Amino acid sequence: MYESERRVYLDHAATSPVLPGVVEVVAEAMTHLGNPSSLHAAGRQARKMVEESRETVAAALGARPSEVVFTSGGTEADNLAVKGLYWSRRSADERRVRILASAVEHHAVLDTVQWLGDAQGARIEWLPVDATGRLDVDALRVAIERDPDSVALVTVMWANNEVGTLQPIDEVSALAREHGIPFHTDAVQAVGQVPVNFSASGADTMTISGHKIGGPMGVGALLLQRDVELTPVLHGGGQERDVRSGTLDTPSYAGLATAVATVTDDVSMHARELGRLRDELVRRVRDAVPDVVYNGDPSSSLPSIAHLSFPGCEGDSLLLLLDAMGIHCSTGSACSTGVPRPSHVLLAMGIDEEVARASLRFSLGRTSTQEDVDAVAGAIGPVTERARAAGMVGVR
Amino acid sequence: MRILAAMSGGVDSAVAAARMVEAGHDVTGVHLALSSNPKSFRSGARGCCTVEDSRDARRAADVLGIPFYIWDLAERFREDVVDDFVAEYAAGRTPNPCMRCNEKIKFAAVLDRALALGFDAVCTGHYARIVDGSHGRELHRAVDPDKDQSYVLGVLTAEQLAHAMFPLGDTPKTDIREEAERRGLAVARKPDSHDICFISNGDTAGFLRDQLGDAPGEIVDTSGEVLGAHDGTFGFTIGQRKGLGIGTPAPDGKRRYVLDISPTDRTVTVGPREQLAVDEVAGSSTRWCGPAPEGVVTCGAQFRAHGEAVPARAEVHGDEITVWFDVAQEGVAPGQAIVLYDGERVIGSATIDRAGTSDRAGTSDRARAGAQSVAGG
Repeated sequence: MYESERRVYLDHAATSPVLPGVVEVVAEAMTHLGNPSSLHAAGRQARKMVEESRETVAAALGARPSEVVFTSGGTEADNLAVKGLYWSRRSADERRVRILASAVEHHAVLDTVQWLGDAQGARIEWLPVDATGRLDVDALRVAIERDPDSVALVTVMWANNEVGTLQPIDEVSALAREHGIPFHTDAVQAVGQVPVNFSASGADTMTISGHKIGGPMGVGALLLQRDVELTPVLHGGGQERDVRSGTLDTPSYAGLATAVATVTDDVSMHARELGRLRDELVRRVRDAVPDVVYNGDPSSSLPSIAHLSFPGCEGDSLLLLLDAMGIHCSTGSACSTGVPRPSHVLLAMGIDEEVARASLRFSLGRTSTQEDVDAVAGAIGPVTERARAAGMVGVR
Repeated sequence: MRILAAMSGGVDSAVAAARMVEAGHDVTGVHLALSSNPKSFRSGARGCCTVEDSRDARRAADVLGIPFYIWDLAERFREDVVDDFVAEYAAGRTPNPCMRCNEKIKFAAVLDRALALGFDAVCTGHYARIVDGSHGRELHRAVDPDKDQSYVLGVLTAEQLAHAMFPLGDTPKTDIREEAERRGLAVARKPDSHDICFISNGDTAGFLRDQLGDAPGEIVDTSGEVLGAHDGTFGFTIGQRKGLGIGTPAPDGKRRYVLDISPTDRTVTVGPREQLAVDEVAGSSTRWCGPAPEGVVTCGAQFRAHGEAVPARAEVHGDEITVWFDVAQEGVAPGQAIVLYDGERVIGSATIDRAGTSDRAGTSDRARAGAQSVAGG
């Protein structure tokens, strides 16, 4: 009843529609018997599919096949990288207790780092970002040079999941390499929208996820340089270079590989089209709501994301009203409790709490159309007016 | 109509929302996050503040196929309900936080926001009925006398009632559980919530002590003789018998009850049960569910959530009211609401300021309080 006939899905950063080719590949793979670790013919056939998937992912992202460690998703890959690097670096040299992390990391990194601080004695230094959400590289330099030998790892995401800001990955990796410090990057949102090349980036570990790029949910990978030591999080049968135990999930890896290959194949063309639609969306929202605030910098961000603040509105009022009109977007990153909290990303960008709470994230993807933009442009004026009236209620 | 269903995570509000959906309304579910630190209330909680409750509410909304959101009203709730609760006890009064929540949160903050967002009404799982009668949209008792919650809704004004829906008022509670089962709602067998939702362990005195700190004082009898000591007047309610901590028995061997609480000099006065009985109440902060009564009206008066209305007469003068009970009543405490009924219909309510007797005079604290109420009336 509440869903209109046409669904306008503008929340691709939360999850994206599964690509038709992926559905076929996964369904087909599920009809085959065999544990890839078994030695018999069925096992060999499954193993062949896993290794082909690994090669596909590696080729698409500028990595060697042996550098692809499949995981259950982005969160696990981030946990494996951050904890694994910290433990292994610290056990090699107990002075290495500092973790340098950008203040705008995804919760999969943020909370993992925080846990290492709370429970494992790590000393955390959150690195500041500018008003667009971009890392202050000088702050990183100062933090490293203060005492390079005590740094366990540096972690800076490739592109922010809330505002889309691209981070200066090359500069970060050059700085880290200069001091022999491992560098992890979460590239979950970047893959398929900007060119991502693992070996060229100089990162030691890099996270990717299936469902953000039209692949299956529950699968991802950590790209892990061959010579990087990593303490495992999951222990067991010793699969995946002994770094990530657990029975190999043949169909999911096949689906992930198909998605990665598809979205990296035409990334520049796709990015241009996405950017054009996104820019038009922003322009037309601004026509309807002149005082809308664009958070971030459209010239150095993912082409898919428009993060906008509507002064005087509560983000969740806007969401409710748009949802009732069949327009799906988000107040930030999808959170488990549903209780709106001002985003740590926006606060780190120096945006005040009231404006942060007045925000919506529209994230476009491969299925986005001109009609989607038209729908938002038509709805946002009245919706903002109504949300503003509701926002004034009970203000004291 | 576009209905906003307040969903606590319990069985009642889930069935209420389901009935609205079934009646063909366009329903949206909202869970009110009232605790600013919900995780701390996870274990042993009794109300609607836990993460588990919000998940139960969301699951019910999903079963019904309606949109569901969480509204963070923790700050409003703390200011309007929790702080008020603590302040009332600090002032020696006995507040009803559920009424305050209905008055200030559910049918004010939430209703106002809902109306602004384009909803027509707010629906809750309260057991009460709204009946179109000669006084307009009338608030009536639920058909199940054990579950009737019209008392805690007695603070609603006609304007608030105009946008309120209580779909459960015509059904006994046992039927609601069966209905929830039939509708596939997982909360069908979830235990009822009890007590005060923001005091997760049920220890009101401990909660108040944490908030207010120790404020020791004396326990005296009506002649002023000191019988014992206490940690704070907030640990007492008018009519309380247990937990007085007085070692020596009364000379007449009778049980002693709290007769008066004076937070300014931190004195708790105790005495025999006979002196608890009052037949005159002065109240203020009147709220009328329909037209305000004029002159002296004969009515039923209820001064406890789980009590019954007793025959009374009431007279309104501006924001104040005087109520005379036909038969003297015990356990009437300042801070409580007195709700007036015309049969099944709720007329309105006031907050009790003073209670006393109209025919007794004396020099004790208790009698003095009573005499003042007469003078005030």
